[in-house]
Amino acid sequence: MLELKNISLNFKEFSLREISFSVEQGEYFVLLGKSGAGKSLILEIIAGMLKPGSGKVFLSGKDITEERIQKREVAIVFQDYAVFPHLSVKENICYPLRAKNVNKHEQDKRAKELAERLGIGHLLNRRTTTLSGGELQRVALARALATDPKCILLDEPLSSLDVQLQHDLRTMLRKLNKDGLTIIHVTHNYEEAVSLASRVGIIDSGTLEQTGTLKEVFHSPKSLYIANLTGIKNFYNAEITGKGKAILEQKKEIHLPAAEKGKTGFALFRAEDVVISCEALVSSFTNNFKGKILHISPSITGVEVLLDAGIRLTALITEQSVEKLELKEGKEVYVNFKASAVRFIDTAV
Amino acid sequence: MKQNGVFHLIILFLSGLVLLFILAPITGLFFSSSVPQLLETTKDKEVQGSISLTLSTAFFATFFFGLMIVPLAYLLARKDFPGKKVVMGIMDLPVVIPHTAAGIAILGFISRDSTVGKFAGYLGLELIGNPIGISLAMAFVSVPFLLNAARDGFSAVPIRLEKAALNLGASPARVFFTISLPLAWRSILSGAIMMFARGMSEFGAVVIIAYHPMVAPIMIYDRLGAFGLKYAQPVAVIFILVSLVFFVLLRVVAARKTE
Repeated sequence: MLELKNISLNFKEFSLREISFSVEQGEYFVLLGKSGAGKSLILEIIAGMLKPGSGKVFLSGKDITEERIQKREVAIVFQDYAVFPHLSVKENICYPLRAKNVNKHEQDKRAKELAERLGIGHLLNRRTTTLSGGELQRVALARALATDPKCILLDEPLSSLDVQLQHDLRTMLRKLNKDGLTIIHVTHNYEEAVSLASRVGIIDSGTLEQTGTLKEVFHSPKSLYIANLTGIKNFYNAEITGKGKAILEQKKEIHLPAAEKGKTGFALFRAEDVVISCEALVSSFTNNFKGKILHISPSITGVEVLLDAGIRLTALITEQSVEKLELKEGKEVYVNFKASAVRFIDTAV
Repeated sequence: MKQNGVFHLIILFLSGLVLLFILAPITGLFFSSSVPQLLETTKDKEVQGSISLTLSTAFFATFFFGLMIVPLAYLLARKDFPGKKVVMGIMDLPVVIPHTAAGIAILGFISRDSTVGKFAGYLGLELIGNPIGISLAMAFVSVPFLLNAARDGFSAVPIRLEKAALNLGASPARVFFTISLPLAWRSILSGAIMMFARGMSEFGAVVIIAYHPMVAPIMIYDRLGAFGLKYAQPVAVIFILVSLVFFVLLRVVAARKTE
């Protein structure tokens, strides 16, 4: 639906190099990268606020690289919301409708509809200068949706909200996506990617390093940068089965910090949190499984040991430990990790 | 602590002196004329005509030049182009050149022999000794006040808001009229009042273009020369009172802007 082909843009001290990716209709694509990686520039290029030095942008098969900003049919929501401070909530939402000369009655109807959908119906006549961050974010979203965009671009939409508001907005974004809205979301926070993305792109210093599903990127990071950014090798679909328990990939039950029964999402833990022992341990590790070593491979940060313990998991240990425990492929060992090392990220709508 | 006290005393003393320097002549002037004298001067048709001429010429200067200055201010605030600093320097020139010299420059520009003067002549207009000429002289010396205030006002509007408006389907003109202008209007208004007040009080440039019809500053000077201090003072007081109205207006606008 949206496709970027070999987009490059050079500034004095920073360049975007050969960025190519595509986003399908109804997909939730998250561009993940550190601050200053070039994420926002990509959004501005898609929205037509910046002209790329070279490369093309296609929307629904049509080349929109040279298309005027007003005609692009993509709406952007900025990190600082860019809600017009001199206009009321309703006037903000109606702004794109007025630009299209939609009649007053239709404007009112549409503004009300969008405001209700985003839970700000009671704020329609308020001045925007009196709103909280979460409310402003919703106004900006409602205003963007009023343009009937083919695709919506979100620039760090959750970064300046508190935890509760983040949760609410994530739920709302998932719902909008489920209703068919194509979303491209840039963030520096991998948790946002995990909780929202159907696919991710990892960007570093102006280069798109990898794109793929969450599992592809987290399980097989193509570079050290990605491995460090995500830091997560053990990443599974999970369903909470009871108090402090979850089943991973419908195969293996583990202990984790308490979460609401029936919730689905992802469970993840770091490879360095997994301890390998030759005997069963009597310890505070509540997750102890017998497993078999499938593969041992050196990495820049140590030695990665891939194990099969009903699910595949990776432990990161030192070379000395490999020697001390005489680890080799095929050997049966015990894997141990604390329930508190497991992070559950809810993805339910 | 003691040193601090002495330091503060010196600061207070010097501040008081400056305040006195401004207040003393004006207060003195107000006490120089009696109420009956002031009332009589107010009824003087010449004085009335002169003040109304001053207000109208300053208003037209501000209004018509404002229509050109505001777009220029927007351009300077938003676009980078080669020679931008030179343009900004040129627009600040009227502040630094002596106003009589400015008057001479304008005179050369609009006199009967000049292209502008000839063109006005074809239209049956005589710019020298005419309210239009007075407005031009006032505008010349006061343009920087509106230009700089408006430019600062536009610069303070986040570019993000304009980009967002474009993304929402608005044309550049619509963005200007619905986002940039409303958000910068207080700065523009306070700049316009400054321009108006500056134009109203202009003597040097105006006297060279038109001694007659007399604007208020020239009438004060004329009465002083022809009849002496006693006759000039009431006119000065009345003119200061009129100016004060605009001064207060400016302060109110500026105060709201800070809020």
